[in-house]
Amino acid sequence: MAEENIITINGNELVFEPGETILEVARRNSIDIPTLCYLKGATPTGACRVCVVEVKEAKTLLTACTTPATTGMVVKTESKPVVEARKEIIELLLSSGNHNCAVRDSDNKDWTQFQLGVQEYDNSKELCPVWGDCRLQELAYRYQVTGKKFPGTKTKYPMETVNPMIVRDFSRCIHCGRCVQACNEIQVNNAISFGYRGADTKIVAAGDRPLVESDCVFCGECIQACPVGALVEKDARYKVRPWETQKVRTTCSYCGVGCQLELHVKDNQVVKVTGFDVPPNNGSLCVKGRFGYNFINHPDRLTKPLIKKNGEFKEASWDEALNLVASTLTTIKEKNSGDAIGVLTSARVTNEENYIANKFTRSVLKTNNIDHCARL
Amino acid sequence: MAGLAAAFGSGAMTNTIADIEKADVILVAGSNTTENHPVLSAFVKRAVSFKGTKLIVADPRRIKLTTFADKWLRPNLGTDVAWINGLMHVIIKENLYDSKFIEERTENFEELKKTLEKYTPDYVESITGIPAGEIIEAARLYAGAEKGSILYCMGITQHTTGTDNVKSLANLAMLCGNLGIEGGGVNPLRGQNNVQGACDMGGLPNVYSGYQPVTDPEIRKKMETAWGVDGLPEKPGLVVTDMIPKAHSGDIKALYIIGENPLVSDPDLSHVETSFKHLDFLVVQDIFLTETAQMADVVLPSTCFAEKDGTFSNTERRVQRVRKAIDPPGEAWADWKIICEVSTRMGYEMNYESAEAIMEEIASVTPSYAGITYDRIEKEGIHWPCPTPDHPGTPVLHIGKFTRGLGHFHAIDYMPPAELADDEYPLYLTTGRLLYQYHTGTMTMKSDGLNEKAPKCYVEISPQDAKRFDLKDGSPVKVASRRGEITADVKVSEMAVDGTIFIPFHYAQAAANRLTNAKLDPIAKIPEYKVCAVKISKAA
Ligand code: SF4
Ligand code: SF4
Ligand code: SF4
Repeated sequence: MAEENIITINGNELVFEPGETILEVARRNSIDIPTLCYLKGATPTGACRVCVVEVKEAKTLLTACTTPATTGMVVKTESKPVVEARKEIIELLLSSGNHNCAVRDSDNKDWTQFQLGVQEYDNSKELCPVWGDCRLQELAYRYQVTGKKFPGTKTKYPMETVNPMIVRDFSRCIHCGRCVQACNEIQVNNAISFGYRGADTKIVAAGDRPLVESDCVFCGECIQACPVGALVEKDARYKVRPWETQKVRTTCSYCGVGCQLELHVKDNQVVKVTGFDVPPNNGSLCVKGRFGYNFINHPDRLTKPLIKKNGEFKEASWDEALNLVASTLTTIKEKNSGDAIGVLTSARVTNEENYIANKFTRSVLKTNNIDHCARL
Repeated sequence: MAGLAAAFGSGAMTNTIADIEKADVILVAGSNTTENHPVLSAFVKRAVSFKGTKLIVADPRRIKLTTFADKWLRPNLGTDVAWINGLMHVIIKENLYDSKFIEERTENFEELKKTLEKYTPDYVESITGIPAGEIIEAARLYAGAEKGSILYCMGITQHTTGTDNVKSLANLAMLCGNLGIEGGGVNPLRGQNNVQGACDMGGLPNVYSGYQPVTDPEIRKKMETAWGVDGLPEKPGLVVTDMIPKAHSGDIKALYIIGENPLVSDPDLSHVETSFKHLDFLVVQDIFLTETAQMADVVLPSTCFAEKDGTFSNTERRVQRVRKAIDPPGEAWADWKIICEVSTRMGYEMNYESAEAIMEEIASVTPSYAGITYDRIEKEGIHWPCPTPDHPGTPVLHIGKFTRGLGHFHAIDYMPPAELADDEYPLYLTTGRLLYQYHTGTMTMKSDGLNEKAPKCYVEISPQDAKRFDLKDGSPVKVASRRGEITADVKVSEMAVDGTIFIPFHYAQAAANRLTNAKLDPIAKIPEYKVCAVKISKAA
């Protein structure tokens, strides 16, 4: 049986499960086939064609993401025709729109002209906001191509900056369709789709309205899926560069789903949040988890203990505040009983903290009057 | 929680989030999932859109999920026991139940059967307003599933009959043998991130961590030895909704509140406010000067999740790591450190090197967490119960046997809500949450983007009712109940059902809980947030 399910990739004989695509078999065996439009969990479309491979006896190159592995198939993933095809695809993508990261590599005069156009469109003098965190840029380096081979084409759709939280930059969109799939097949919010045709192609919300006037719920799944700089977090755009931040993995502090995420930290500030691809959320987040982080570094945060004197709060030292709490609770406990004290612990704090509150209430205050507000 | 524990022996979600996509039929009751548990709702929407799963939604409001539903039951507010009994009546009458499962794994079925006799589809229609035919079809749909999953939330629990509602859902699932299997179960969705953990860790008046009862002398002895104290109190303590009246009457002299804001979230707010004024001493430990903190005698600044290490347990019982990403502002301290310092100053030294050290102690005294260490959950969280260091965790509860042994059917009759609409207060009010805000808004309202999408309180009313009371979309109205009144703008919406208005409860300026009824479910002590009688008029 095993013999029947064997495919040869780059000379390696590999066992596949019926129904697996060439791409899946390759990835499972750490053979790197590049992709742009392929989105885990969604139906592969083969739209970008970056994943093309050479299959023996096939008349054309085939897209690895859509072609099922079959017995006896012999595949080459980096042969000359494959590399040439990929180069051309990447060059075409780089030449359409405002790809003003260094990979454009045009001569000075042309570059100045081009950059001025980008500046006018984007209202920024800087290089692309996702410089250093872009799949297309990575591919350009990997295959050593630039955008200068083809004449640059302009974008006819203006940037969409009216939305809260999300900026849509159509000039850097490569129409890979990942955002559409993320929205429709992963989050199933059905807010965006392909609109218009051919050179006019645009990702649109119903009626080609801005996201804020559509069914969009600002989960940001599309931003996370976008391989280039077409969809970017509004607050982080141009302000946060990937090399300036550190990522710390943690658990969302809002609802009980407990999504796993990464906090992007710059200068002791949380400046961006992305979903992490493990259960339970497999990379997805909602609007609160992704964009509800501003409270963390908010100026209204309490920074010192406060003691109320004559109806007004006065800042106090920890010693002063803790002694006051300890002595007052001790007095009440001795004068009345521990049962005259109640503790409300919290669904907002950690297990460790709830445990400590439980231990303190029962063994020090000597009461079982402890509860939390979850029934509320 | 209390309802599930009585039926199965454990109050937690029986199955996992990933399991939802394995169900053949999903019944969502009283959960506006797309707004309150958005990422979890994607599992439901994917199952329905791409895997052929059938969806039944029971909710008075036209929530987003109804657009994905094969069947939408729209019960009158507070009539959940009636429609669930109606489904079971049909399932029994048409012989669609799992007799083998009932025989082998449950008790008290005959009692249930007797009670269900009178819940004919016609009788149920007369109470719930759901057409008899719909009840029959929904019953056949749920019972026809090999794997049927039930998801529910506050719309089921926040009633005076909340515990009964939950027990009824448990009955329904047992009747069809939908427990102890992948893709099945009865699944309460937890609203706040660590509700599950707060309960697991003994943040409840009657149990220590791991639901070990304070009334059990052996358990007390064990905790006394572990903690090195004696005389642990044996009488269960007060629940929050009892603490507040006791504060009012003077029996409770001091409250120590950690990271909660009951001054917006509690029912019948005006009463809470005066109760707090009666206290001799109020300590609040929080990250912001909340409405509650403003009333405190001492406010202690604490750290938020991004500034500390620890764990949260999510709604599917998965214990997951929280990691310190940044330094806290000013002199804020981790909540555990603050409590340890107070304790030490009261003569009982508590001293831990780290959150991890606390987890080691938790594991040593809590059987369901005994196998959990930070090392083991470094990459992926583990579902409790996890009794030993090599135990893989328990994604699905009650396989082969319920935690309590046999599953218990509770025979339950329908009881109307505590407060009914009348001539003076002709409308029902139901409260709830919005996608873009969270709880009392202390965190979400600090994000401009979220505020832009959900800037202020509103009163959602059906087009029919808007006409009846002559109200225009966007115009200010006064809503009053027997307990208080608030002013907000009207939002005329097809989402509302005739006779019932909806108000989100996040906003302190127009706190919906000035109106709600503090009447409690007698067992779970959850207030009736979801139904009260109100009147509405144009604001001057
Ligand atoms: S989107 Fe990618 S390829 Fe285009 S300019 Fe930005 S970094 Fe370069
Ligand atoms: S933010 Fe979410 S809902 Fe909005 S378009 Fe992107 S994926 Fe769709
Ligand atoms: S990202 Fe959204 S769904 Fe996930 S835990 Fe946070 S609030 Fe819940």
